[in-house]
Amino acid sequence: MNCLKTLLIGFLASLSLAAQADAILIRGASVHTMTGDGILENTDVLISGGKIQAIGKDLPVPEDVVQVFNAEGKPLTPGFFAGITSIGITEVSAVDESSDFGLALKEMRPEFDVAPAYNPNSSLVPVTRIEGFSFTLLGAAPEGTIFGGQGQLVLLDGGYQSFIGSPVLFISVGRNASSLSGGSRAGQWMLLNQAMLEADNPPSSTETALLTRAGRGTLSAFANGGKVVFNVDRASDILETLRFAEKYGLDLVISGGREAWMVAEQLAAAKVPVLLDPLANLPSDFDTLGSRLDNAALLEAAGVVVAISGAGSHNARKQRQLAGNAVSYGLPHEAGIAALTSNPARIFGVSDQQGSIRQDTPANVVLWSGDPLDVTSAAEMVVIDGQLIPMESRQTKLRDRYLPENPEMPRAYIKP
Amino acid sequence: MRFKILLILLPMLFVLPIGDVRAEAYPSTYAPLPSEPTLITHATILTGTGERLDDASLLISNGKIVFAGKGEVPAGVKTIDATGRWVTPGLIDVHSHLGVYASPNVEANSDGNEMTNPATPNVWAEHSIWPQDPGFSRALAGGITSLQVLPGSGNLIGGRGVTLKNVYSNSYQGMKFPGAPYGLKMACGENPKRVYGERKQMPSTRMGNMAAYRAQWIEAQRYIDDWAAYEKKLAANEDDAKAPERDLGMETLAGVLNGEIIVHMHCYRADEMLTILDMADEFNYKVGAFHHGVEAYKIADQLAEHGVCGALWADWWGFKMEAYDGIQENIALVDRPQGSCAIVHSDDAEGIQRLNQEAAKAMGSGNRAGLNIPPERAIAWITSNAAKSLGIEDRTGSLEAGKMADVVIWNGNPFSVYAKADHVYIDGALVYDRENPDLQPVSDFELGQLQGASK
Repeated sequence: MNCLKTLLIGFLASLSLAAQADAILIRGASVHTMTGDGILENTDVLISGGKIQAIGKDLPVPEDVVQVFNAEGKPLTPGFFAGITSIGITEVSAVDESSDFGLALKEMRPEFDVAPAYNPNSSLVPVTRIEGFSFTLLGAAPEGTIFGGQGQLVLLDGGYQSFIGSPVLFISVGRNASSLSGGSRAGQWMLLNQAMLEADNPPSSTETALLTRAGRGTLSAFANGGKVVFNVDRASDILETLRFAEKYGLDLVISGGREAWMVAEQLAAAKVPVLLDPLANLPSDFDTLGSRLDNAALLEAAGVVVAISGAGSHNARKQRQLAGNAVSYGLPHEAGIAALTSNPARIFGVSDQQGSIRQDTPANVVLWSGDPLDVTSAAEMVVIDGQLIPMESRQTKLRDRYLPENPEMPRAYIKP
Repeated sequence: MRFKILLILLPMLFVLPIGDVRAEAYPSTYAPLPSEPTLITHATILTGTGERLDDASLLISNGKIVFAGKGEVPAGVKTIDATGRWVTPGLIDVHSHLGVYASPNVEANSDGNEMTNPATPNVWAEHSIWPQDPGFSRALAGGITSLQVLPGSGNLIGGRGVTLKNVYSNSYQGMKFPGAPYGLKMACGENPKRVYGERKQMPSTRMGNMAAYRAQWIEAQRYIDDWAAYEKKLAANEDDAKAPERDLGMETLAGVLNGEIIVHMHCYRADEMLTILDMADEFNYKVGAFHHGVEAYKIADQLAEHGVCGALWADWWGFKMEAYDGIQENIALVDRPQGSCAIVHSDDAEGIQRLNQEAAKAMGSGNRAGLNIPPERAIAWITSNAAKSLGIEDRTGSLEAGKMADVVIWNGNPFSVYAKADHVYIDGALVYDRENPDLQPVSDFELGQLQGASK
């Protein structure tokens, strides 16, 4: 372990932030492929040209390998999914001018898309990725309306245009029926139905329109198999959502899903996946009376594809702990890792780029000090899109500024 | 120093309100639940006093710890083989809003912040507690045996906090930790100045915050002086001895200045914490703990020198400007100096259920930074140090002989995401058993819900 650390530190010191690692060979890891190959013990992984070139035992060292990491049997997983977050579209949540995750226009604007607001230079990007997270889904938060708008998956490699997959539409139904939906969740369905009708049949000039022309275009596009994330918790509302999605041909994902376990069979039959927070076990309101710690385990057992989302943006790194607790309450360990890797990649259509360790696919891997789902272990090496990530963030620099005891000069002179 | 002496005297002072002989108001009616002498054997024991005992025993009897380690065992005592399991003191959360921001957290249950005046020392959190909050049962399953329920941080002076035993009762009085000193919740920084500044009212700035606290302390000093003058006249049998008018808020603040009530100060930024310590010197009182202290690591030495605890999160940051400099080594760095008092707190109905995991994260971060913190040290962050900040360390928070038998048996090392509390004892009574649904309390609110649900 010390050996690896020394290598890492030495190597990182020689790298500038933007430096592109050439070829990397990871020796002797416990490789969680998240494919049919399962876990490959004592296995090497060769990364070059941004891709995984080879997986096998005792791989020969090609000439362009600039660094060899001895994993000493530690787990190597695909990069983790940070959940639905506002990473790069918020800096300080309560500082309004630094937060762009929601549209506060008091009208229905499904065409709103957070992606153009994404700032890869946000401090949240390094803070999150050095903990083993390679991708997140930028969420669009509803601000008093049913439609949050659109978001997209983004790689946490620091690129300005590191978006992957297709845009995703966010819709929220249930308890938050606001004055904009008449104060009733039945009103939400009424308005949603009206919006879907408008998408294909523009209202006449004498009718009151819900949507702009752009909004109609957006809904029309999603109605043909677009990925729509419905934030919904109550069992009866989930069933209503299933009916709605079927009616309009939406490719549905449930987010929240506190009572999803109660309708697990219906979700499995409809092949609808669920993004959930496994720590949510309190009746926070009357939509979530059925909250329980084994929600993920029950859904998985029923054949529902489950992914983890719920640690927020700044502390997205807590996603690992969420998955660990799901495992603690019955989810098989490998399913817990899948809920952070292959499952979200599959749900959002990026299995060819994220969520597995497979030859000839983009290299997104993390080497862990121990069990990736336990709270005392940590990421020791992170590769995103073939690039070795410097294990530095604003927070590691603050740590290193305050770690020395009794400096003579003010700490402002300590610049790690 | 003055503070330590006062803590010893606290049980006495507690029932002696200022200048009067009023009995303790809203007294605790808590009584330990039935218990039987129990011997736990072959356990890995973290005592809470910095020790780890391997393959050791713990005997509890009459609601108290008899010994941890080895000792004389009476015949016929109930014995639990804890081979492979770990035993710790019951966990203590010094910052909870259970009961005052209860689940379901609908508006009708939102009773934690009396945001109608920036200084409300007259309100008591206990008068907002709904004892049927399902959150208490979840916290119990996480090994929480005592907790302090505080008012929120919308006000500069938020009101009194109360320490509870984590047992279900029809009243908060039935949960109230007997003889525990009251806390006073105060808040620095953004919250009060935002809440009142938005109303174009004082305080709207940090300097406004300071001016407003200081005005309150000056008033409290005057209140104490007025009562002292009255007592003096009364003792001298002077005819014009007239009792000053009773003021609930001033009673509480006077309680702080007299060392009976412990200040729990919500404060994020390092510079603000140092300013608050100066204010405490100005008015000659003691800050018991800074809560949240996202920048506490920057002033760890000063906190230790002042004997002030830091009640902190493992990894929260960035949700507001004053939380921007949070680092995961905060707790471990606050723990580093001699005489430190680092505490892991939750401030959260989810976090309180996994205080052990929060401590584990902080321990892991500290160890990776080279601070070498073993579990027997880290356990103090959620047991003995927490008890110290609440002024109850002479009764709970460690497994020393004679203390309350507040004990958790874990299914393994508690510093793991997979750890679960198997048994939780409060005053020697088994109040939670993971394998026995009969010993898992359910609040009135949750009883009979979701009758249509399977499983």
